[in-house]
Amino acid sequence: MPDFLLNALLGGIAVALVAGPLGSFAVWRRMAYFGDTLAHSALLGITFGLLLGVNLNLAVAVGCLLLALILVAMQNNRFLATDTLLGILSHSTLALGLVCVSLFSGTRIDLLAYLFGDILSVNTGDLITIWLISLGVIAALIWLWRPLLAITVHEELAQVEGIPVNKVRTALMLLMALVIAIAMKVVGVLLITALLIIPAAASRRLTRTPEAMAIVASALGTTAVGLGLCASYFWDSPAGPSIVLAAALLFLLTLTRKQVL
Amino acid sequence: MNDATLIRAQGVGVIRNGRHLLKNADLTLEAGKIVTLIGPNGAGKTTLVRSVLGLIKIDEGKIECAPDLRIGYMPQKLHLDASLPLNVERFLLLGGKARANLTEIQQLTGIEKLSKTPMQLLSGGETQRVLLARALLRDPQLLVLDEPVQGVDVSGQSALYALINDIRKARNCGVLLVSHDLHLVMATTDTVICLNQHVCCHGHPDTVTNDPAYLALFGAGLAETAGAKPQVALYHHHHDHQHDAHGNVIKGGVGCSDACEHDHHA
Repeated sequence: MPDFLLNALLGGIAVALVAGPLGSFAVWRRMAYFGDTLAHSALLGITFGLLLGVNLNLAVAVGCLLLALILVAMQNNRFLATDTLLGILSHSTLALGLVCVSLFSGTRIDLLAYLFGDILSVNTGDLITIWLISLGVIAALIWLWRPLLAITVHEELAQVEGIPVNKVRTALMLLMALVIAIAMKVVGVLLITALLIIPAAASRRLTRTPEAMAIVASALGTTAVGLGLCASYFWDSPAGPSIVLAAALLFLLTLTRKQVL
Repeated sequence: MNDATLIRAQGVGVIRNGRHLLKNADLTLEAGKIVTLIGPNGAGKTTLVRSVLGLIKIDEGKIECAPDLRIGYMPQKLHLDASLPLNVERFLLLGGKARANLTEIQQLTGIEKLSKTPMQLLSGGETQRVLLARALLRDPQLLVLDEPVQGVDVSGQSALYALINDIRKARNCGVLLVSHDLHLVMATTDTVICLNQHVCCHGHPDTVTNDPAYLALFGAGLAETAGAKPQVALYHHHHDHQHDAHGNVIKGGVGCSDACEHDHHA
């Protein structure tokens, strides 16, 4: 196996592993749109990273974290419905990112690589970052598992039972921002949400407990990464979109199964 | 506050967007006592409950709480996304380390056979009993029940009220109960508080047995289902004021029962 393919596979697996449990929460809590909004802002992070000359992964992570915090603050004072708010932020940050990229960096960056991912160019440095963040987020999710589930089921009940609901909810959004920063390399800004949502949705049909759903989602995500990279290697299809398509295919397969509750 | 007092709210007011949702409301909850909150839609029942639970910030007045008070809360509704695979047992354990015995609570609330049932497949009455079980697992000193009998049929209501009364007696916990019905309340309620932005009136419910109007309306069925004693009682409002169309109080010598008819739809 060529090195670039091995790197791509390792990077993809790291992202798929953490996307399982995190994507499950995104599905349970209907956060797909939220994920999109964060992902779209990542492009803006890239621009600032280039302008300020800092590490791009770091710039994207910081950008996503900041936007997540802004979203938390704005959701607490509800003057607009959440989906309207996300719609505004999601598309204006994407548009701003596209404008900034073309204005400030000219031809220095490959826009398509950021929009649709560039997994085949993952190097050893990227791999270390991706795995560190992935394992860190998985550890945090395990640690926060019960409070996260409790606030997903009923926030007020959880609060009466002594769970610091706002802190836990904010933590989940920050974890999502971190994962988006690493997933951008794999599938790109426009397809990140798919990598979170599709394996989790496919897993739902096969499982009966929240934990099983999260783990099976990780397994399905990993399979999709493998299948997508194979397709990309043999047929020269773009890697990121191929991974998402493979996940969608797995989802379609699970539809043939009767829903277990 | 004396030893039996669990929560004392005085002059509580909640203002949102410049409007009073709740104004000058008093409420005292004591160990072993049942308080029922009634009032029309939008009267601020839920606002008062949420204030007492510490879920919202109050703008006026004060709420004193017994130290380390354990509250068991049964919310009005549970919206579970169909994508979340969660059975009853897992749901019960989400409340954290149980202080009461799980099997015992399951038997008490009659849900022992539902352990492995997915939450989304429960009927209205079963959901209410599961929510009650989760509240009881904390071995609460105070039970806060937001419309516990909604979506439960008449005989189920009597059974649930009887159960709540048994729990109160066995554990000597205080109970705050919100009722969606303006005139029928749990028979063993110690105090009924009628709320319409402020406390309109409060008092004891009358027992239902001697009330021919009640029996004519509902038959003897209610009284029979739970044995000799009825579980539901009529509450007669005794207001000394009226509300105008905006909910403002009009003081006057109008007889109470007539004065209340404008916003009560029995």
